[in-house]
Amino acid sequence: MKRFIGFIKKEFYHIFRDRRSLFILFGMPIAQVLLFGFAITNEINNVDVAFFDKSKDAITEEIINKIEASKYFTNKQMITNDAEIESVFKKGKVKAVLVFDTDFSEKLTKENKTTVQIITDATDPNTANTINNYLSSILQKYQQEINKEIKISHQIITQTRMVYNPELKSVFTFVPGVMTVILMLVSAMMTSISITREKELGTMEILLVSPLKPFQVILGKVFPYIFLSVINAVVIVLLSIFIFKMPIEGSLFLFGFESVLFIINALSLGILISTISSTQQTAMMISLMGLMLPVILLSGFIFPIASMPLPLQMISHIIPAKWFIIIIKAILLKGVGLSFIWKETLVLIGMTLFFIVLSVKKYKIRLE
Amino acid sequence: MKNNNVIEVENLTKKFGDFTAVNSITFEVKKGEIFGFLGANGAGKTTAMKMLIGISKPTSGKAQVAGFDVFTHPEDIKKNIGYMSQKFALYDDLTVKENITFFGGIYGLSRAKIKEKRCELVEELGLKEIVNELVGSLPLGWKQKISFSIALLHSPTIVFLDEPTGGVDPITRRQFWEMIYKSANSGTTIFVTTHYMDEAEYCDRVSIMVDGKIEALDTPKKLKLQFKAATMDEVFLKLARSPSPTLPEEKGVNI
Repeated sequence: MKRFIGFIKKEFYHIFRDRRSLFILFGMPIAQVLLFGFAITNEINNVDVAFFDKSKDAITEEIINKIEASKYFTNKQMITNDAEIESVFKKGKVKAVLVFDTDFSEKLTKENKTTVQIITDATDPNTANTINNYLSSILQKYQQEINKEIKISHQIITQTRMVYNPELKSVFTFVPGVMTVILMLVSAMMTSISITREKELGTMEILLVSPLKPFQVILGKVFPYIFLSVINAVVIVLLSIFIFKMPIEGSLFLFGFESVLFIINALSLGILISTISSTQQTAMMISLMGLMLPVILLSGFIFPIASMPLPLQMISHIIPAKWFIIIIKAILLKGVGLSFIWKETLVLIGMTLFFIVLSVKKYKIRLE
Repeated sequence: MKNNNVIEVENLTKKFGDFTAVNSITFEVKKGEIFGFLGANGAGKTTAMKMLIGISKPTSGKAQVAGFDVFTHPEDIKKNIGYMSQKFALYDDLTVKENITFFGGIYGLSRAKIKEKRCELVEELGLKEIVNELVGSLPLGWKQKISFSIALLHSPTIVFLDEPTGGVDPITRRQFWEMIYKSANSGTTIFVTTHYMDEAEYCDRVSIMVDGKIEALDTPKKLKLQFKAATMDEVFLKLARSPSPTLPEEKGVNI
């Protein structure tokens, strides 16, 4: 035990004396959470919109006012001919144009039917879609208002309610993702680098010739990173609670348990990587390409898994991060207990055991 | 095991697939001896040594080190040997003092014992000024000396030195051999691999490995007589006229 403590002390010296890794360890999580929280968002705010009002009557004016009053759209710009539509889009600031038909209110009152065209800049399809939805819903609301007195005999009224994240704050969905990425990065990449570093330096050989058992060496290398990863998880959660007002619906204890499970999973991956790479460079490349990319792209962090082609969906099943994201989203946002996520938890446990067994095996072969 | 022998090896063999890295070698090393283990790169000396220090399992044969069998008690061997690698592996981002404390700790030395040993070392090597410096900032010669002292920290029966003088200047090499003599005089057995043939002259006995086999084993004096050579260099050249240069030396013993 005393040997173990000495070993861990040494490991902390390594970490705290290396500014670069210290920065990756603690600067990265904070930077990422803030970035994803503030800058990278798929909500829309203050979008520039232009109007081509061919009729210019009371009703179109009212609609325009309503749109401008919403916090999503700003900067009224009036267009007077068709050619101008193209040119405002090309300038790039305006993301949507509303075209009101001629004699808008007359048609509406007399023929009970009129048209308005929404043209959106779809160079960014997601934004275009969102803008389209927002505009349509404003129009729909207005329509309901003016139809208030009229009784239609058969009518389906849709009532939408977004649960678990009613304001559709993207930071709430990013936090679990960022946390997953960070834990993966810190746990897997940092451990695999620190183990291969000992190999490169030749100190691993000295350690193996010493009375320390190989598993003690590995445990000693890995333990500090469990500790640091837990601190990171706590920092991320605190940031999201206090800066982004993220609700923690579920049990913190369960959340902690699942996080530690995922950390151990990532660490065992890190050990596995270190057994197959002999230099720090290789370890880093394998961690980045083999772990980070799939975690970011295929875990459902940014791109929804359900809309991926089938082969990619299959691959996403073997990525531990996917299961972890499902678990923590369920705990943090839905507040569910273990009875709802036991399957995902089991998958994570199974994967962790698999990686540990595999790396122990690999490790032994290399020792022969 | 005979009383005076600290290493006894009999028909020790290591195969990697079809390739025989070490081919049935037999020798013994006496207590307090400086035993030179020579060979060209790829001759199998590193592989042989790795079997003796318990980090590589022999394919067949028998070997005892410090009274323990390499097959059945590699852990006991590890407690009784010291090892210094050719990279003088120390932690660059730890100070000299921290390195000593760490390595003393993994050999299970008590805190008081480590302190005592450290003071001894500081005295002996004149480390006073650099004991709190990071090892990374020290010249190679210092690293070599500290690395050797650390291998001796737990007073092992035998210390294994894997090409301990690579890359250092002749004066430092000379000083290093003085350190080796000193610890041999105090009863520590020294098992040293090298490819500097002038260093072979400093050894009590040398063995020369060629293509996995020990081709010669005696005192430098007798070997020179036997091969009618003026220097060990000539002995070596006569023995190893056509070494195969591309054989993998480091095979298999990494984690």
